[in-house]
Amino acid sequence: MIERIEQIKNGAQAAIDAAADTQALEEARIRFLGRKAELPNLLRNVAQLPPDERAAGGKAANQARQALEQAIERKQQELAAAELEQRLAQDRIDVTLPADPLPAIGRLHLMTQTRREIEDVFIGLGFNVAEGPEVESVYYNFDALNHAPTHPARLTSDTFYVKPLGDIFDPDTHLLRVHTSPMQVRAMERQPPPIYIIVPGRVYRPDSDATHTPQFHQIEGLAVDTDITLADLKGTLLAFARAIFGEQREVRLRPHFFPFTEPSVEVDVSCFNCTDGIAADGQRCPLCKGTAWIEILGAGMVDPNVFEYVREHGYDPEQVQGFAFGMGIERIAMLKHGVPDLRLFYDNDVRLLEQFG
Amino acid sequence: MRVPLEWLYEYCRPDLDTQVLAEGLAMTGTEVERVERHGVDALENFVVGRVIEAGRHPDADRLSVCLVDIGTDTPSQIVCGAPNVEQGQTVAVAKPGAVMGDGTKLGKARLRGVESDGMILAADELEIDTEHVGIMVLEENGLRPGMPLQEVLPIATDVLVVEVTPNRPDCLGIYGIAREVHAATQTPLQPPPWSQDPGSEGEIEDRITIAVECPRELCPRFTARVFEDVKLGPSPPWLKARLMAAGQRPISNVVDITNYVMLLTGQPLHAFDCDRIAGARLTVRTARPGEQVQTLDGQTRTLDEQMVLIADADGPTSIAGVMGGARSEVEPDTTRVLLEVANWDGANIHRTSLRLGLRSEASTRFEKQLQPEQALEAQAVATRLMIELCGARLVPGTIDIGGPGPAPRTIRLRDARVNSLLGAPIDRERSQRILGALEFATAQAQDGLDVTVPSFRRADVTREADLIEEVARLDGLQRLPATLPSRHGACGRLTDKQQLRRRAADALTAQGLHEIVGWSFVAPELSERLRIADRPAVELENPMSAEQAQLRTTLLGSLLDVARRNLARGADTVRLFEAGAVYLPSADGGLPDEPYTVAALTIGSVRPPSWRDPQPRVADFFAAKGVLGGLLDTLRIPWSVESQTTPEPFLHPGRAAAILIDGDRKVGWLGEVHPQVAARWDLRGTVAAFEIDFDAAAGAAIATPLYEDVTSFPEVREDLAVIVGEQVSAARVLSVVREAGAPLLEHAEVFDVYRDPERVGEGNVSLALRLSYRASDRTLTDEDVAPVRERIVAALGELGGELRG
Repeated sequence: MIERIEQIKNGAQAAIDAAADTQALEEARIRFLGRKAELPNLLRNVAQLPPDERAAGGKAANQARQALEQAIERKQQELAAAELEQRLAQDRIDVTLPADPLPAIGRLHLMTQTRREIEDVFIGLGFNVAEGPEVESVYYNFDALNHAPTHPARLTSDTFYVKPLGDIFDPDTHLLRVHTSPMQVRAMERQPPPIYIIVPGRVYRPDSDATHTPQFHQIEGLAVDTDITLADLKGTLLAFARAIFGEQREVRLRPHFFPFTEPSVEVDVSCFNCTDGIAADGQRCPLCKGTAWIEILGAGMVDPNVFEYVREHGYDPEQVQGFAFGMGIERIAMLKHGVPDLRLFYDNDVRLLEQFG
Repeated sequence: MRVPLEWLYEYCRPDLDTQVLAEGLAMTGTEVERVERHGVDALENFVVGRVIEAGRHPDADRLSVCLVDIGTDTPSQIVCGAPNVEQGQTVAVAKPGAVMGDGTKLGKARLRGVESDGMILAADELEIDTEHVGIMVLEENGLRPGMPLQEVLPIATDVLVVEVTPNRPDCLGIYGIAREVHAATQTPLQPPPWSQDPGSEGEIEDRITIAVECPRELCPRFTARVFEDVKLGPSPPWLKARLMAAGQRPISNVVDITNYVMLLTGQPLHAFDCDRIAGARLTVRTARPGEQVQTLDGQTRTLDEQMVLIADADGPTSIAGVMGGARSEVEPDTTRVLLEVANWDGANIHRTSLRLGLRSEASTRFEKQLQPEQALEAQAVATRLMIELCGARLVPGTIDIGGPGPAPRTIRLRDARVNSLLGAPIDRERSQRILGALEFATAQAQDGLDVTVPSFRRADVTREADLIEEVARLDGLQRLPATLPSRHGACGRLTDKQQLRRRAADALTAQGLHEIVGWSFVAPELSERLRIADRPAVELENPMSAEQAQLRTTLLGSLLDVARRNLARGADTVRLFEAGAVYLPSADGGLPDEPYTVAALTIGSVRPPSWRDPQPRVADFFAAKGVLGGLLDTLRIPWSVESQTTPEPFLHPGRAAAILIDGDRKVGWLGEVHPQVAARWDLRGTVAAFEIDFDAAAGAAIATPLYEDVTSFPEVREDLAVIVGEQVSAARVLSVVREAGAPLLEHAEVFDVYRDPERVGEGNVSLALRLSYRASDRTLTDEDVAPVRERIVAALGELGGELRG
């Protein structure tokens, strides 16, 4: 009996070892462990053995079955892994074919990207963002910004007026704002000092060439407090210029005239494309035209006459003072990204949109 | 304004390179747009010559062959084409190597076989006149052959082209610029050209009467002098050269003098032929309504009652401060000249010039508000020149109505205020020196300086801040430190709304849409193409073109424009959005409403084709709805759509929906563009789009989401297929299911739609629903879910729905 079991076991082990694939292994399993096989039958018939053989025979048969089952399991894993490898090796793709495309992501317009960059610089400097109407009144666009009646910007050659047009000097006449500055006065009407705001938005002037479009975008700045100085304006714009154009930048203030600031300045940033006006190729720098400075915005200390328009809202010109500035967003973007023509901003060619944002 | 340096240097001559001078002016507030060169170059080749011999050219009747002494051992042979060349003349000669005004370099030439070693010059060749009337013959008067021509004639100068800001009419004259050069460079300033006045005060007897009848404020000063024995003729070369370099064409000595004095002092002048003034009387008065004047340019102008004119006995002769009339102009036979120099109200001149559409050199100066003192200054300079250049005899006396302007203003400049406004001190002595250089008088005060403003700065400098600008521009700006505001309590952040706007744009780009920036302007014809011509729009009075005559009321137009442009340039899909204002006229005449609007448009396949999927689906209504959902869900704005009963006129009527917030608040539209509308943009395929009043929708955004437990207890899922009539919308089915399933039903969605008349019946649709149930306090059992399911089935039954087996 024991001998027979040993024989079966050896025979089965040999069959298992010899199985070349999972099918042969399965055949071996059926032959030695299947319903009709000898070993299971032996186990089933243990009870019929003579009592003195029953224990030893049953134990041996059981051990043999377990050993075979384990051997089959091991062999099964071995064979399956080998067969998988073989299948995988045959499942060969051309890895150089194009990928499955995901929908390409879209881009923010360069104007928006630049606007956000500038906004974030000033938010970091403690400014809030305010917005105002694009269709404005003569009062906010000119009068309250201390524009003399004779100021040339009021002419229909320089400002878009809305129909029906009565008198261009009537404070209630409607126009398309020529700058974001009207929001200075509106903001001061709404909020007593201190006030720190920037005002991004669309503005309009009848002009069209490579550096002018009838619609463009500005960012206005206004800071009014008891102790704001022209040096603070310089420091604020220096921080701005370095954030946008690089840490090495310097700014300089040039005297100028704007009706709503006194003193008024134009602000230049040191050219980031050259050294002292000479570009890397040894030629005169095309960006700053060899001057080493690039004009980026107009600014100044808020004119006392502007405060007079909002005196009742807490702006006594003897008690408060402040600075204001205004810059063109597209101009900043053109300088920074080398865009040659302002009109490209409104062309919206997708191939261009894809380059930024 | 053009400032020839040769002229400027008569009054202030800094020892500086022109570029350095320009930079110095720019950094102190006088913007120099550019530096130009006027006249000729390579000046060593321009000399005085004397014609020793002038003979016929052997082969050309019109040419002369001249021998010209130019101070060298042997005279030069020069071929000359001018008819007026004669032996003995003193002339201007250009030698080979000379560079002419247009940049050409003169070489030796052969003219019809005869060698010419240079050129005898005409005035226009030296750019000191515009007329070409033969060679220029110089007065001998001490000139020697070979003398450098530049010592005799102003043949070359750099010209600063200066942008004078509107607050500085005093810089509209050469002398005004000289003052600035003096202040900026500390170079000594010569006394003004009017410091010696050959004229005299007092009445002018018997010659002329002048009456100023308009309100004094419209004509603060009117002055006149009379000159007799005036000999009209050409001006001398030096004067012509200066006019030319400054951009004025020489005409005749009297007219040239008025122009020259204007360019020098900033003050316009007008010369009348005294004998052509009818009745020998000039009246300054406001016009009668509709009164007409014929101006110098030959036009007849109709005036109104606020405009000021000058009339003689025969009626109006000129429009005050704007343009003279033809009737009393100086003519070649004029011998008596009345020189009028007046001061006018700037605002009124501006108004007149605007209303008449008539701008002149005079009006652009007067409208910036000149000062009354300038009138006599100009008279003084002109008087000297009339005597010197026209041989005129001044009739004693000056008519002067109005006199000088108001007494000068004195303003306190506090040291402390200078420091607190600039953020850096400027010491008092320094301020005093700067202000002195600018001709402000100063006196010490306890806390600063008492500063008296000169007449020529009267309109511009009226307050302490203006004085601070003066000292800052000449000194402080360059030395200013860079500091940051102390920001008492200020704290910068974007508002919730501004953050939502940014996230909206980001949500759209994340879905593959490119942002565009369109024009606010639209053509009126656009609304007709979009079939919304009945909607009111903001219209412009003075658009740059008819294409830009209105403001947009929808962003769809710019999206379609940009889509077409990109498709025409070879793109095969476009996925675009824009965010910005539209402009809706207000009914009450107030400013228009400008709602911040977001719109998107998609044309072409939903994703790029590839070798795996050569023909992806074309983006349609549901693609646009997906983008809309991606946008609003990102921002946590609960939304829904419903079929539009009256669709937007530009949408496909069967594929148009209203976008709803808060259940029933309509904030926009979603749909496919009507094929006939799309065709107006040459778009053939499906164009899907939406537009939303963003700020209206953003109000519904859940700003602060609260925690919901989704992990403690599992959900139970099941699917249901229900057959309903086609007229029952999916939204209606879901809403009924959600209502019936509350509160255990957590989620319900349609995941399949099936139509088959055989199996679900004609006119019916089978919707497959995926339901999930969850309780927050226990794991749900079949016993929990079964009654909810029954309620749902019953509710669907009421809709006419029937479970599909």
